[in-house]
Amino acid sequence: MPGAFEGETVTRRRLFTGGAMAAGGVATAAFGLPALGFAVGPLFERSVPPSFHDVGPVADFNPQTYVAKVITIDAEVAEAGKATVYVRRFDATRDSDRLKQPYVAISNRCMHLGCPIRYVQASERFICPCHGGVYEFDGKVAGGPPVRPLDRFETKVERGRVKVGPRFSLDSHLHRFKVRDPSNHLDGLWQYIYPSRPTT
Amino acid sequence: MKLLPGPLRRRREEPAPPPREAGDGDLRKGHEQVALEREKEADRQRRREALQEVPIAVAGWIDERTGAGPFLRGFLYRKVPKGTNWFYTLGSATMFAFLSQAVTGVFLAMYYKPTATEAYSSIQHIDEDIFLGQFVRGMHKWGASVMVVLIFLHMGRTFFFGAYKYPRELNWIIGVVLLILTMAMGLTGYLLPFDMRGLWATVVAVNLNSSGPIVGPYLADFLRGGAEFGATTISRFYAIHMLLIPVLIAALIGAHLYLVAKLGTTAPPWLKAEKARELAKEEI
Repeated sequence: MPGAFEGETVTRRRLFTGGAMAAGGVATAAFGLPALGFAVGPLFERSVPPSFHDVGPVADFNPQTYVAKVITIDAEVAEAGKATVYVRRFDATRDSDRLKQPYVAISNRCMHLGCPIRYVQASERFICPCHGGVYEFDGKVAGGPPVRPLDRFETKVERGRVKVGPRFSLDSHLHRFKVRDPSNHLDGLWQYIYPSRPTT
Repeated sequence: MKLLPGPLRRRREEPAPPPREAGDGDLRKGHEQVALEREKEADRQRRREALQEVPIAVAGWIDERTGAGPFLRGFLYRKVPKGTNWFYTLGSATMFAFLSQAVTGVFLAMYYKPTATEAYSSIQHIDEDIFLGQFVRGMHKWGASVMVVLIFLHMGRTFFFGAYKYPRELNWIIGVVLLILTMAMGLTGYLLPFDMRGLWATVVAVNLNSSGPIVGPYLADFLRGGAEFGATTISRFYAIHMLLIPVLIAALIGAHLYLVAKLGTTAPPWLKAEKARELAKEEI
């Protein structure tokens, strides 16, 4: 090998160049990797602890129409951490009992891009102000850009009071899925293209 | 002084007029006194000249130790093609918009509080209570739009003048990265006033990111710092907005300018068309 002594497999210059580069790389990785891990850490932690919020006595609700209730999902961000839930009693004549919830609690988060929808009693529809998404009485998409039915919350009754718990998502046949972001399709293969995350 | 070219070089002062000729009154003074006054005058003159040399001496001292002179001569007095016009200033205009954003942003950071509970009230405080607060925040807010508009004009100039072609492709690519970074600045900065518009725009923007296949949902989690919009989101956006992206933009502007200085600018395309017409005439 040119520049090397008899029997050497690497020149002194190459060894030291490589060594200096490796030392620099190790030094950079020593602060770079922890910093990166620090930034992406929240991706691997459950960020919303499963908890139930009291939304009022059983007498407040009926099977015919929705009652709007406000729950606090994240108290640290004041108004921004609140969410409206539309609650009504389970109605065996119109609801499938597959979801096994005593109450139907529908999230006001539009499944297009997350704007807040509102329930309009006159048309028995949920309507989004942003891009014209419209949902049926049971939260299924009636029109506009939304990609799946409105999310719901788990419900339970304790000592005569209705409690609203963790959020879950539904495909277009109202099969239950782990919660996804708005804009994520769920039917068929879409559920793998928009995977559920460790944060939920 | 090597730094400046001939015409700009500082000219030495004309030599001071000789002292007045001795008049009637001066006859009484002794020769010694006259000589003394002349000497004083000459001394003052020397000091004036020495003082005038100070800036040049300082620049020379730095130049000798950094070699800044040849570098700046190459950078600032480079040749430009015939036909260079006002459209060629759009890049500098964009850079000054960025500098204005950087400076006003640094000073806004002195009063702004990046927390969900205090952000909105700290912006109100800046607008209502602080001397020139509304003006400085206004410059930052409107300057953001100005910067985006200027970028697109600069990009259009580059495109329509064909200035992205060989050997300047890499500079076009750097420019596109700068455009994307500027967009990211717009996105992260929009949340910071933490009014309803900023909040919902951010919710929608994060969900737009989530609509990307496979990586989208994780990207949205990264932006929010979790599955739900929370206190982490605003501090995350703040750190990205005022630390991460500005450093990247500044570094890439440096690379962009280096390539402009190294490769030079292009002549406007119509000059080539005129040349072609002249050639065609000659051939006929």
